[in-house]
Amino acid sequence: MEKIIEVEGLTKKYGDYTAVDNLNLSIAKGEVFGLLGPNGAGKSTTILMLLGLTEPNSGRAKVCGIDPVQSPISVKKKVGYLPEDVGFYEDLTGFDNLVYTARLNNIPQDQAEQKANELLEKIGLGKEKFKKTGKYSRGMRQRLGLADVLIKNPEVIILDEPTLGIDPTGVKAFLQLIVKLSREDGITVLFSSHLLHQVQQVCDRVGIFVEGKLLAQGNIKDLSAQLFSTNSFVVQGGIKPLKLNGSENTVPVEKLSDRLKAIPGVAQVSFDDQKFEIQAEQDVTHMVSQAIVQAGYGLTFLSKKEFGLDDIYSRYFQ
Amino acid sequence: MDGNIISKIRLKLPDKWPDWLFQKPSEQVSLKPFWAMVAKDISDHLRSWRSIILFAIIVLTCVGSLYTSISEISESMQGSDAENSFFFLNLFTMTDGSLPSFFVFISFLGPLLGISLGFDAINSEQNKGTLSRVLAQPIPRDYVLNAKFLAGIIVVSILFFSLSFLVMGAGLIILGTPPSAEEFLRIITYTLMSVVYVSFWLNLSVFFSVKFKQPATSALSGIAVWLFFTVFYPLLVNFITKGLEPSRYAPPRIIYMYEKIKFALVQIIPNELFSEVSSTLLVPSVRSLGPLTTEQVHGAIPGPLSLSQSLMVVWPQLTGLVALTLICFLFSYLLFMRREIRSR
Repeated sequence: MEKIIEVEGLTKKYGDYTAVDNLNLSIAKGEVFGLLGPNGAGKSTTILMLLGLTEPNSGRAKVCGIDPVQSPISVKKKVGYLPEDVGFYEDLTGFDNLVYTARLNNIPQDQAEQKANELLEKIGLGKEKFKKTGKYSRGMRQRLGLADVLIKNPEVIILDEPTLGIDPTGVKAFLQLIVKLSREDGITVLFSSHLLHQVQQVCDRVGIFVEGKLLAQGNIKDLSAQLFSTNSFVVQGGIKPLKLNGSENTVPVEKLSDRLKAIPGVAQVSFDDQKFEIQAEQDVTHMVSQAIVQAGYGLTFLSKKEFGLDDIYSRYFQ
Repeated sequence: MDGNIISKIRLKLPDKWPDWLFQKPSEQVSLKPFWAMVAKDISDHLRSWRSIILFAIIVLTCVGSLYTSISEISESMQGSDAENSFFFLNLFTMTDGSLPSFFVFISFLGPLLGISLGFDAINSEQNKGTLSRVLAQPIPRDYVLNAKFLAGIIVVSILFFSLSFLVMGAGLIILGTPPSAEEFLRIITYTLMSVVYVSFWLNLSVFFSVKFKQPATSALSGIAVWLFFTVFYPLLVNFITKGLEPSRYAPPRIIYMYEKIKFALVQIIPNELFSEVSSTLLVPSVRSLGPLTTEQVHGAIPGPLSLSQSLMVVWPQLTGLVALTLICFLFSYLLFMRREIRSR
């Protein structure tokens, strides 16, 4: 796989405080990579270093094979960057703002106008393009920001907390737009966020970033395997005693618990009233259901728990 | 001790700093984005209410001073002196006392214009979140500063040149005499100098706008510097010179030295530099600025100087003004170029 962003031992210090600590990261072409971490973890600093907007204390970064410290301008030709809480010239229209960005990228006026029109349609601001950006809503500003990033035909786009402050439907639409654009044009996307669900929805891979260190990276399945390597299967369910013709063949819950524990592979069983959770080394769902029915209970529900980023996240920050 | 300081400075410089200083730019950059930025900044200036109000104030005061100078001229005009005594320049310098003359107005309002055009140049972009977006585009960072500066200068030049030409045109119609070639050149040079003067204040306020996050702070600092130079510094100089004042019977050498010091102390005030420049340019009979001894004046024929001679008289002042402008520019550069730009 061709690597488009490569970072080796990148470190940034502000006085005694280490914002980014010996970061190693590589992102392949066409990938959607999520940089996940709490506020102040060093995500934005990393992004600034990738763009040459701030200089690392040590280490090396390569974006599209170019060193951003040596030649920031060449990097910025290929990388579109949407800063956190992007601002536009409020007394200009959305269209004019886009054309201005295009002009800064040395795109001639007529091409710039054509491109701006196309992009505004694409992001769904075609009707509002001649409205001043001061009157735009937060979500519209973010979408305009995306167009602003795309107008230079970037190979990589870097989005810093792009979904901050947008309502849930807006977030969904925005993220789908990003993924669609990335897939259509083969653009590599790096975005930072502290909101897990969004990252989970769209990213091919995520990196978990805490206090300047990258704790883990990989896709969500890998991450959960890394984290929950033992007892990675969890089955949850609810039971209710079956009172068949008043017969007394329902066994007590304690006994059922013992029976469940006896199933090969099951490590832990916990009951809470009529709900239970089983941690196991492998998939034991079918045997669990059999044991429960034999014990004279019916299942109210039974599900295999999949680990989401929430679990991964909370496991890291425990 | 000296060696110590030099080695300390060396340590602060990057390794191989001569290479670094004289290396060829590694990246090809185009000037087109720069002109796009200048055009945008100019249109921002022209559209903003702030500049419109300022322009209105300046135009009105200039019309007022033109009116007083014309009424004074028509009273004092004698048929004989229209021919030879740089009559036309009186439009810029003469007044009947009710309002200051044109050039006094310019030296008074120029700083205000410069400060108001520059005080929010960088910090407002930072606060609006547009600076980090602009710097994410493939442009060298100094384009931002240079464009702000150049746009300000262009706006000021357009304003001042049109004002000067308007005054000349009004003078032509009302007085009925055209300016001579020399008068015309003097007026043009004077206008150029006032642009330089305003560009000093512009640069100072751009520097403050890089330094301070809040536009209000930077505007106030600009005005504070202006007030310091117009009100407090002359006061301070007064105190100092009062203490140094020699007795009336002191030898001429001492008196001469005293006058020299008095003159030198006010030479770092930009307002003073500019008023010396403008009075020398607009009043050709001004032959010198500092104190002169009797031997120096001996044999001098009283009469107007030619433009080139007037320029030579004010050359030091001119150099001083340009140097002050460059120093402000340098400091904004130093602050801005290596700063980390965060969004908002």
